[in-house]
Amino acid sequence: MPYVPHSDDDVRRALAAIGVDDVETLFADVPEALRNPPIELSAPLDETALLKRVDELAALDRTTGPDFLGGGLRAHFIPSVTPHLAFQSEFVTAYTPYQPEVSQGILQATFEYQTMMCELTGLPASNASMYDGASAVAEAALLAVRQTKRETVLVSRGVHPETIEVLQTYLWPLGIALEVIELEDLTTPVPDVSSEVACVIAQNPSFVGTLEPMRSLADAAHGAGALFVAAVDPLSLAVLASPGEIGADIAVGDGQTLGNPVGFGGPSFGFMVVSEPLLRQLPGRLVGQTTDVDGKRAFVLTLQAREQHIRRSKAKSNICSNHQLTALMATINMAALGPQGLREMAEGSVRRAHQLADALRAAGGDVRTGARFFNEFVLCIDRDPATLRRALSERGIRAGVSVPEAFGLGFAVTLATTERTSDDDIAALLSALSDLGVLESSRQEVTA
Amino acid sequence: MSPSQHPPVGVDAADRFRDASFPLIFERAAPGRRAARPPVVDGAPMAELLGEEHLRAQPPGLPEVAELDLVRHYTQLAHRQFSIDGNVYPLGSCTMKYNPKVHEEVAKRFQDVHPYQDEASAQGVLTVLAELQDDLASITGMDTVSLQPAAGAHGELAGILMIRAYHEAKGEGEQRRVVICPDGAHGTNPATASMAGYDVVEVPTGPDGEVDLDAFRAALGPNVAAVMLTNPNTLGLFETRILAIAEAAHAVGAQLYYDGANLNAIVGRARPGDMGFDVVHLNLHKTFTTPHGGGGPGTGPVGVKAHLAPYLPAPLLVRRDDGSVGAEGQRPTAIGRLRSHYGNVGNLVRAWAYIRTLGLEGLRRVSTMAVLNANYLRVRMREAGYQIAFDRVNMHEFVARPPDGLKTLDLAKMLLDYGVHPMTVYFPLVVREAMMVEPTETESIETLDAYAAVLGQVLRDAQRDPSLAHDAPRNTPVRRLDEVGAARRPILRYQVPQA
Repeated sequence: MPYVPHSDDDVRRALAAIGVDDVETLFADVPEALRNPPIELSAPLDETALLKRVDELAALDRTTGPDFLGGGLRAHFIPSVTPHLAFQSEFVTAYTPYQPEVSQGILQATFEYQTMMCELTGLPASNASMYDGASAVAEAALLAVRQTKRETVLVSRGVHPETIEVLQTYLWPLGIALEVIELEDLTTPVPDVSSEVACVIAQNPSFVGTLEPMRSLADAAHGAGALFVAAVDPLSLAVLASPGEIGADIAVGDGQTLGNPVGFGGPSFGFMVVSEPLLRQLPGRLVGQTTDVDGKRAFVLTLQAREQHIRRSKAKSNICSNHQLTALMATINMAALGPQGLREMAEGSVRRAHQLADALRAAGGDVRTGARFFNEFVLCIDRDPATLRRALSERGIRAGVSVPEAFGLGFAVTLATTERTSDDDIAALLSALSDLGVLESSRQEVTA
Repeated sequence: MSPSQHPPVGVDAADRFRDASFPLIFERAAPGRRAARPPVVDGAPMAELLGEEHLRAQPPGLPEVAELDLVRHYTQLAHRQFSIDGNVYPLGSCTMKYNPKVHEEVAKRFQDVHPYQDEASAQGVLTVLAELQDDLASITGMDTVSLQPAAGAHGELAGILMIRAYHEAKGEGEQRRVVICPDGAHGTNPATASMAGYDVVEVPTGPDGEVDLDAFRAALGPNVAAVMLTNPNTLGLFETRILAIAEAAHAVGAQLYYDGANLNAIVGRARPGDMGFDVVHLNLHKTFTTPHGGGGPGTGPVGVKAHLAPYLPAPLLVRRDDGSVGAEGQRPTAIGRLRSHYGNVGNLVRAWAYIRTLGLEGLRRVSTMAVLNANYLRVRMREAGYQIAFDRVNMHEFVARPPDGLKTLDLAKMLLDYGVHPMTVYFPLVVREAMMVEPTETESIETLDAYAAVLGQVLRDAQRDPSLAHDAPRNTPVRRLDEVGAARRPILRYQVPQA
């Protein structure tokens, strides 16, 4: 099923027009020794057999039941209208809009996306999206290094552990030092920032759910001439102070919570929104408004002099594509829900998390939070998190993202909620944790 | 409107053009409208739970629209967008082939698995990924593959960082400071090399359209870390001296990097691993037909020979003794993580479905027909009056140019009025007025005949009446844009009226 339309007669006609006898002749430039190697692949399946195989495999995956998984990705409500509109043929099967006269659909939707991200973050210039939240944070650090000409990056331990790993990957080849600010009471303490620091990076809400002292952290960075990078959950910005309000220079994060499924971790999209002075340092695509020769408003990729296809080795980044389709899903989703809908989702998530934390505490659970938390928090446990996850999964519940050792909490997991979390879900989790002796053992420890 | 009249960033210019212009979603909004309603959870106010100091002062200025208005807006926008499903889209180097619909059904079946759930409860999607990892290794002739990179350029970064880690482990990190790229290379190649901390040296294209072997040998030395090549190259020509290039590079201790953008020409018929490449990246959105989505998400898996495997980014999928699939932890020598989680899984499962439905014979038919179509269109385009940059049997694409006196840009815009998409223009840089054409295997001979006929027509029109060239396009949703003004005074967002 190679989706090739050619009949035998078509092939003969084409070969005659080209002036060669057979298709093998077309590959004569490939050295003989390299041609047609043995490649082991399974025998092809037709559509029916493929979908049967997919059914068998998908049956091995748990995708229903109470779900308390977070760690940067959460299964929030996505109205049916969002994927239905985003997955129209024209959006799915278009290329990058290099011919703007026939690409106004994607260009305008991206301009709308940029506007919405500016509104959410309170900063004036958004790119057209990036790969994911973690790589967007790394690109923000590189931007700060370019802008300040300094070579140390300070990152809070509260930033997602995988993001810190990605930062390391992006920074080591350029000889940029990465220093981690350790947490105190699950909260980022305001650090001493030296004059070598290009930027301070903090995440809000943090990996362990804490609402960080973002204003104080921004002030500490600016006091030393460094930039402040706010890694944020965009849905939380329906209620939380925006990066612009707290004084951040750069807002970055992962857009999954704005209308993408969790998708086993991808693709969602990364976003980056910056203050006005950093505009020309932005990596990635940008869409700008202009006019056509008739004076009609129109949109076009702009400021491309920053990018790899023009600047080659002098480009701001090697990034070539954006995550257009997943960012489009977020755009449509934000328009579908509006400020009120997003606010209700964020508030519902917060209320459910506080309800769950209260219930766990009442049952003897060792809940840990900073002074304030959003929709995720830590539960310290008596066993390896993977063991607990397995045991909960066997009871039909998905929960328990591991908190790495670097947090110094011993065995610990995070639990997250959304507006979709129900009273029944919470009761099921409590009952399972109680059955497994997780709350009991914590209680004994507390009593002892 | 002259460029100097453009308002500054963020200031709305829409009022002046509203009558003539398609509205923004913000301009269709009114307070109090809504399309979708999430479940509502009643309870304590946010100030009580979160603290007043953490709350935002004003709600974000997002549009408030009814569901039907939302549907019409994004449906009408879709109608203002060219796509493969709409018509032929022969962008050279981009491999705009048909994206099968069954892949969309497959992708939906795996979209609700969470990457942090118990591994035993995610064996379906993990099995798909493990099978894809193995299949891509077989197809490229490499020993191990990582599915993590999010795009081709991201795969390039992974590959060059692995090469750097390899040289550093051998104590040659200080000595090897240079990456060699041909002058026809994709822009991402030199950009990647500099992102990985390397200096770039370009080698020229020879008179036959292939890498100039003498110049290449002269550029080689103990300071070279890597050579980045595309094969077939960006002129659509197979580098016939590839084995000599590989031998020369390896003789000075350099690593050979394969940019997989053009794999569609040879998939199933030849393997980068057999040519001597040490690292490859693949663009699944090209050869393996995951949708381009208007500019992404792409997916750029990276494969390596065994000597580079210690440096692969985590997570790698392994088959455990009990037959289950799991993620291996970070190898101590690894370059680190490039992004969160496993990669762009939604695209990985589509590519898996493609390989599963084609098998080896199907993949060979893909490359065979891609090359047949490109050669056929080359001949037809020559007959239509275009010059072919290197007029010999090409692979999956070729580079043409218009007769002297005509501009590629004008002809490209004229094509838009015929409802077809132009080829890639002004790339590669080594050909003046370049028109880089890649029809792919999924277009029929009739479609190529029709495309060639339109190419002939626009050429005759432009020669007959230069104003036709200058004024094109006329029938598109908007006409030629003031791109200089857009860059000089950037307007990157709509100024939402204050509530």
